[in-house]
Amino acid sequence: MSERLKIDNLYKIYGGSPEPAISRLRNGATKDRVLAETGLVVGLNNVSLSIESGSIYMIMGLSGSGKSTLARCVNRLNEPSAGKILLDGRDLVALDEQALREVRRTRVSMVFQHFALLPNRTVRENVEFGLKLRRIAPAVRRRKAEEILAVVGLAAWGERMPHELSGGMRQRVGLARALATDADVLIMDEAFSALDPLIRAEMQDELLRLQRTLQKTILFITHDFQEALKLGTRIAIMADGEVVREGEPQDIVLDPQSDYVAEFTRDVDRSRVFDVRSAMSAAAAADLIGGHRVVLCANGGFAIDGDGRVKGHIARARIDDLRAGADIAPLMASSFSAISADAKLLDVSRVFTAGQPVAVLDGDDCIIGTVSPEAVLRQLSSSPAAPKSKEKVHV
Amino acid sequence: MFDANDLAVLPVARWIQAGVEWLSYNFRPVFIAIKWPIENGLALTDAALQSVPFPITVLLFSAVAWKLAGRSTALFTAVSLVVIAALGVWSEAMTTLALIATAIVVCAVIGIPVGIWSARNDRVWNVVRPILDIMQTTPTFVYLIPVVMLFGVGTVPGEVAVIVTAVPPLIRFTNIGIRQVDKEIVEAGHAFGADSRQLLWEIQLPLAVPTILGGLNQTVLTAMVMSVVIAMIGAEGLGLVVMQGLGRLDVGHAAIGGIAIVLLAMILDRVTQGMASRSGRPNRAAVKAGFWARLFFPHKLEEIKT
Repeated sequence: MSERLKIDNLYKIYGGSPEPAISRLRNGATKDRVLAETGLVVGLNNVSLSIESGSIYMIMGLSGSGKSTLARCVNRLNEPSAGKILLDGRDLVALDEQALREVRRTRVSMVFQHFALLPNRTVRENVEFGLKLRRIAPAVRRRKAEEILAVVGLAAWGERMPHELSGGMRQRVGLARALATDADVLIMDEAFSALDPLIRAEMQDELLRLQRTLQKTILFITHDFQEALKLGTRIAIMADGEVVREGEPQDIVLDPQSDYVAEFTRDVDRSRVFDVRSAMSAAAAADLIGGHRVVLCANGGFAIDGDGRVKGHIARARIDDLRAGADIAPLMASSFSAISADAKLLDVSRVFTAGQPVAVLDGDDCIIGTVSPEAVLRQLSSSPAAPKSKEKVHV
Repeated sequence: MFDANDLAVLPVARWIQAGVEWLSYNFRPVFIAIKWPIENGLALTDAALQSVPFPITVLLFSAVAWKLAGRSTALFTAVSLVVIAALGVWSEAMTTLALIATAIVVCAVIGIPVGIWSARNDRVWNVVRPILDIMQTTPTFVYLIPVVMLFGVGTVPGEVAVIVTAVPPLIRFTNIGIRQVDKEIVEAGHAFGADSRQLLWEIQLPLAVPTILGGLNQTVLTAMVMSVVIAMIGAEGLGLVVMQGLGRLDVGHAAIGGIAIVLLAMILDRVTQGMASRSGRPNRAAVKAGFWARLFFPHKLEEIKT
């Protein structure tokens, strides 16, 4: 993955000429002091972020934290006061009106909290909106709109009016409109906040499903930490116009670094946040026992083939038999389970069966460790875990 | 004793008199130029309405009413027009209708662009708004004085007064209609790269249409009221019937004029209301205000709503 969007020392000052506020902020003044001394309101204070292509980057914060301001600076619905926003290395802040329009039409699109659909146009015409602004021929944009409507599951609704649709469906239209322009950066401003909880969860799943194939770079604004954890590849938590914590969801939950962030993480359902990798004990290098490659673990060992794939499990009592030269096939009788290292703890708790070992596999189905119920419980109760090893087994 | 009249030293009346005289003397070509399209437009419309046979006019108007406002309004239109004909004031009613129709066209041509410009530019609105305030608080009779001085007497100068009185609501409603378009939808327009013209034609104007039609309804009714008042400066039409009746103390004759005016006003009101409420999301507040109140106190209502 490569960096798509880079936000570099961005400031946004409301209420007049920004220089006095920015110079004070650079010298370490707080937002409140700037307001007291200059009467200027700080919207964003020195925000720098790096957003990878294909990621869902969550900007999370309470109201007034500057999260929407930040997102709106990216397509310059808000004008930044200082700093750079680099899209593939090109500074968007420096663009003139014409170039900015071009970027908005082709590179960066947006989904709005209250959908912002045109009430006087059909669903299909709404989806065509961005293409119409680009003066694309009606037949072409119609085909595109119908294609995208099928992707978001609204193929049959193209000729309806927006007011005939439910909230969740309307936001699907909003999403379709944003996708129709083929922009690779998507700004989603509290896109699911106006939906009721069940529909919201459904839309979140839908977004994750779409993202697997679309691989857009999504900047997702939310005030809901659970949503940030569920959707985010990375999360930036904002307060008072500053980024107070930035990182991967698990790392933030594991180590909030400040009381402010800890407040959000306290009630988090850890079984849905932590992956199996965070609770596994890494496998040691394979031993050669009786001519077979065996990864030893607490209750026996996993026999593996040349590629590191698990052939079977050998109970601890039988290891010595193997060492003594017994045939391996009958020894691998005991059953075991396997789970992907990227699965959540909630998922692994479903595969535990009394006395059975669980192998943890990487993306290539190679064993990289084992996980025990005790380790999962320890991780859920969440005293900071021991440093995790992510090495692959070498055989 | 100190009397208020002792202070009466400002010869404002003379200044205004002199100013208007100066204007009419030096800007004669301008006023003739303003008069020209109005005069011709009015003559054309009046000739057309007068020459079309009465049954065809009734059918045509009912059909238009059906299309714009539905069946019951169409029925009402047909019956009312027949009653007007039966009262024997058909020709006068057509003249009044021509006055109103021409005024509406001119008002739309002036009012909608000015309203759009005001909505998109605060500086323009800051200039336009006080002018509208003055125009709408000035009693309608007072319009007649400068009009007579600058344009003379008769139907065409009267039409100028009708236009001047009727245009403010349309400007106001167009302005407010565009300004009230959902901010998030306008933002969506920007976010998808609309230029200024696309923003206007794709988003702002279509979404302001119900409100603009509400303004059109106000303009029509104001024009209706004024088309009667201008009988005082010699304009023809139903107003003249009322004036003649009053002048001869012929209550019956005056009442016939009055009834015809009310019927015509109700037709125009219902049709334009129908247009407004059928166009997407109607601006209910603008459309629902009572018909009678609007007929008699158009300016007052105007101020309350905008």
